[in-house]
Amino acid sequence: MKDRFLNRRLIIGAIVVLAALFLLIRLFSIQVVDTSYRVSADNNVLRYVTQYPARGLIYDRNGKLMVYNQAAYDLMVIPVQVSLKDTAGFCQSLGITRSYFLERMKAAISYSRRAPSVFLKQISAETYAAFQEKMFMYPGFYVQPRTLRKYSKPVASHALGYVSEVDENIIRKKPYYKSGDYIGTTGIEEAYEEELRGRKGVRIFLVDVYGRVKGSYEEGKFDTTAVQGKDIISTLDLDLQEYAETLMKGKSGSVVAIQPSTGEILTLVSSPWYDPGLLVGRIRSENFAKLQADTAKPIFNRATMASYPPGSTFKPVNGLIALQEKVITPSTMFGCDPGYLFVGCHVHETPLDLAGAVKNSCNSYFCQAFRRIMENPSYKSVTEAYNKWREYLDQFGFGRPLGSDLVNERPGFLPAASFYDNRYGQGRWKALTIISMAIGQGEVGASPLQMANMTAAIANRGYYYSPHIVRAIGDSLNKTRGLSVRHEIKIDPENFESIIKGMDAAVNGGAGATASIAAIDSITVCGKTGTAQNPHGKDHSIFIAFAPKEKPEIAIAVYIENAGFGATYAAPVASLIIEKYLRGTIKRKYLEDYVFSLTL
Amino acid sequence: MLFLILVVMGWLNIYAAVYNEDHRSIFDFSQRYGKQLVWIVTTLILASAVLFIDSRFYFFFSYFIYGLFLFMLLLVLVLGKEINGARAWFELGPLSLQPSEFAKAGTALALAKYLNSKGQELTRLRLLIPAVFIIMAPAVLTFMQPDMGTTVVYFSFFIVLFREGLSPYLFASGFLLIILFFSALLFDELWIYSVILLTGVASAYFFVKSRNIWVKGILLLALFAGAIYLANYFFLHTLSTGGVLIIALILAGLSYIWYIYRYREKKILVIYLFVLGSMLYVNLVDYAFNHFLKPHQKERIEILLRVKDDPKGAGYNINQSVISIGSGGFTGKGYLRGTQTKFRFVPAQSTDFIFCTIGEEWGFAGSFVVIGLYVFLLLRLIFLAERQRSSFSRIYGYGVVSVLLIHFFINIGMASGIVPVIGIPLPFIIYGGSSLWGFTLLLFIFLRLDAARTEYLV
Repeated sequence: MKDRFLNRRLIIGAIVVLAALFLLIRLFSIQVVDTSYRVSADNNVLRYVTQYPARGLIYDRNGKLMVYNQAAYDLMVIPVQVSLKDTAGFCQSLGITRSYFLERMKAAISYSRRAPSVFLKQISAETYAAFQEKMFMYPGFYVQPRTLRKYSKPVASHALGYVSEVDENIIRKKPYYKSGDYIGTTGIEEAYEEELRGRKGVRIFLVDVYGRVKGSYEEGKFDTTAVQGKDIISTLDLDLQEYAETLMKGKSGSVVAIQPSTGEILTLVSSPWYDPGLLVGRIRSENFAKLQADTAKPIFNRATMASYPPGSTFKPVNGLIALQEKVITPSTMFGCDPGYLFVGCHVHETPLDLAGAVKNSCNSYFCQAFRRIMENPSYKSVTEAYNKWREYLDQFGFGRPLGSDLVNERPGFLPAASFYDNRYGQGRWKALTIISMAIGQGEVGASPLQMANMTAAIANRGYYYSPHIVRAIGDSLNKTRGLSVRHEIKIDPENFESIIKGMDAAVNGGAGATASIAAIDSITVCGKTGTAQNPHGKDHSIFIAFAPKEKPEIAIAVYIENAGFGATYAAPVASLIIEKYLRGTIKRKYLEDYVFSLTL
Repeated sequence: MLFLILVVMGWLNIYAAVYNEDHRSIFDFSQRYGKQLVWIVTTLILASAVLFIDSRFYFFFSYFIYGLFLFMLLLVLVLGKEINGARAWFELGPLSLQPSEFAKAGTALALAKYLNSKGQELTRLRLLIPAVFIIMAPAVLTFMQPDMGTTVVYFSFFIVLFREGLSPYLFASGFLLIILFFSALLFDELWIYSVILLTGVASAYFFVKSRNIWVKGILLLALFAGAIYLANYFFLHTLSTGGVLIIALILAGLSYIWYIYRYREKKILVIYLFVLGSMLYVNLVDYAFNHFLKPHQKERIEILLRVKDDPKGAGYNINQSVISIGSGGFTGKGYLRGTQTKFRFVPAQSTDFIFCTIGEEWGFAGSFVVIGLYVFLLLRLIFLAERQRSSFSRIYGYGVVSVLLIHFFINIGMASGIVPVIGIPLPFIIYGGSSLWGFTLLLFIFLRLDAARTEYLV
């Protein structure tokens, strides 16, 4: 029998081939053309476990531990992997309520379904131990060990700064950080974040469908080890810092003490301050809100951010500029009756030479000297003379950040000539228009740090290193950030001697000395009082000083807000700090008690 | 030659099963690959036994074998053990057997015997009906277990019928039905009706000579449709748009019938019946889908048709399976390095989704080889079938081809996400004794018949 359907074998054969082709095309498209499946598979199976390095420790200049770490455990969650059979048991083992559980889950999901986020922050070691045993029952959860900052003493909060959890803003800007990471905020923690934090490592694990770890990916070929953060040796003297804070207790203001030969900041106080331990861990956000609401502004770092009129402590600089510009000599005498034109003065012997004027803080003298600077015939105009004057001040670090390693360093204010042009019209202002700057009033504003730096520059007789707070990173001295650059001031050293003579006299000069309260027996303290007029209330009490006179070891600026005369409040504080630093002990208990009794 | 291919398949089988598991020894009998080894050995014994038996045995006892398996299918519905909601397994001590796997061979035998006995080409409806009955009896019994996958397999025997002379028009209609089935699920019914109607009207325009009839027919239809629509809108409020159209069509057809009769326009009748039939069918599918299918089957179909996107729920299998295969790339991740399958993201990876392992670890190249092997096997079988002198052997051979083809296509198709998940095994590679035995039985009976082709002319 002839098979008339024989040809259909070919059709069936073709169906076979077509079916195979159909499958092959599909396979080709998903296996070769579309690469997104590979990513999906990786997402399924790879879990990146971050290895957190311990944050570097912070020591003071004498090797005393200031900041260290304590272990803490964050419970992390990857929402897509969660499948809880026993939510009640889960909540119980963590000691949380069901509603809190739901709230946290919702938060985690809103952050990301696939990426891990913090479910519960800083669970205690005991909870962790108990929870760890049951963890296999709770897929999608794992514990991330972290470290919390601890402080050996509740001091130096502004200098040290604190660490806080990164927010989404930071994560967006700096992809290094992931949800739940910590970052240094303000102070050393922020400025030296990269050194302190080290580098995170990552271990890539393979996990199965239940989220159980099945081994490391490619034998750890792509793992990176965490690099420990470097320890930091601060320039602060922990004991001195603590002492200064004790002295400043109950007062509003700031103390900055610098080692003139290096620019190292020995003490940096902004009062009122806060216990840095308040901004650690779970209590952080609550406390931060409280501190922020405080009207005394404890978070505000007055030492670097406030801008006060320097008052009479500005006079030495004006004297130096007048000498350098040769508009006066150390023996130039000016009278005071008392005061000069509309600027008043207190009653003192008259006329005075430069040193005497510094000693007595004579307003009249410095007004006349300032007028000579501005009306210096070597310059064509007041503007030109003003610019020259401003150039000197710039060298001292006024009106600009000092290039320190402190974050949030503000420039203060030193008006440019154009400022006056705008206010009075070009060429329509002259020496007398701006005469209040002769005695540190008027437009000029400086931070305590700038004043301390100025004092250090005077103590050095003409140069300074940018003040800084970190002495060494790890084993090597801190040469970062241009801190080892010596900044020269183009004023001759002998001119400094004339001014220093006056500052010596102001403390140790007997009758008429404005700051005799600051005198310490056998240590020559050179100082200058200041009283900055405060339009908002009582005047600010200011004192700058350095000691000893030859080979100075400490330069200090003390600001006490709304306290009145510099001599009464700021000077004893500065003097005690100097004594503490140079001697280690305080002999003048009476002065200490006096300072303690002053609360504002 | 065939045996060689089978051995390669067997090897692939062992590989595939082994590297899913993390037990070290390949001979660990507590693990699936260990068990599979036992199955392979027994399979070889079975194969030898099949080859040892005289080929005439299969011919003479084919109805008996068929009847025996049918009986077992009935029995399993009563005595079978329920696994995963399907009563498909006999439990004999440590052994579980799935009679539906063997019934395929029996059906192929019975079909061959029947068609052979008639000695004619399958062009008459009268001859076709018993053949369809032979195919549908085990299909219905399997469907009652219920085992959708194996049920679908029986439909592959229509390929045999096609080879033996079944009209291609019936095939075309079947194909059309499938297309309409999916469109009914995928698209809005109004759309489908519009397309069907337009097709009808357009084809009438081209094939019917008398414009007059064409215009009148459309007017009549529009008239009825408008009237019923308004009636429904104002008074009845029960009919859907589809219902309105269907009733209008029926009424228009009835009132038109004398006209068609008068002009003896057969074509317009065919077109009319096509349109009406399609619409009724679409309606029926919609109804059946919503009322007869089990929720999980509905979901699977919906997932496949992308009506529903549910990667964590019902679509999880497909999704993970496609990810596995897709992540293999061109060359694959390498032997034992498949992360998706090794860490069990793919469920049933050593059974229904075994192709994932191949796709992931051997990549496109490996998949190509496997598919190539199947194609070679199938073409080889077609060749062997055609060289048979007896039509019994030939028809049986095509039975083997059909069953293997549909298994191969649907299994790989579902693993790569283009066919609904209906859970049928990949021949020779998959883990599982029953299916391996079943396929071996199926194939080796044919080999035995082929070996005997010169001996007897049955």
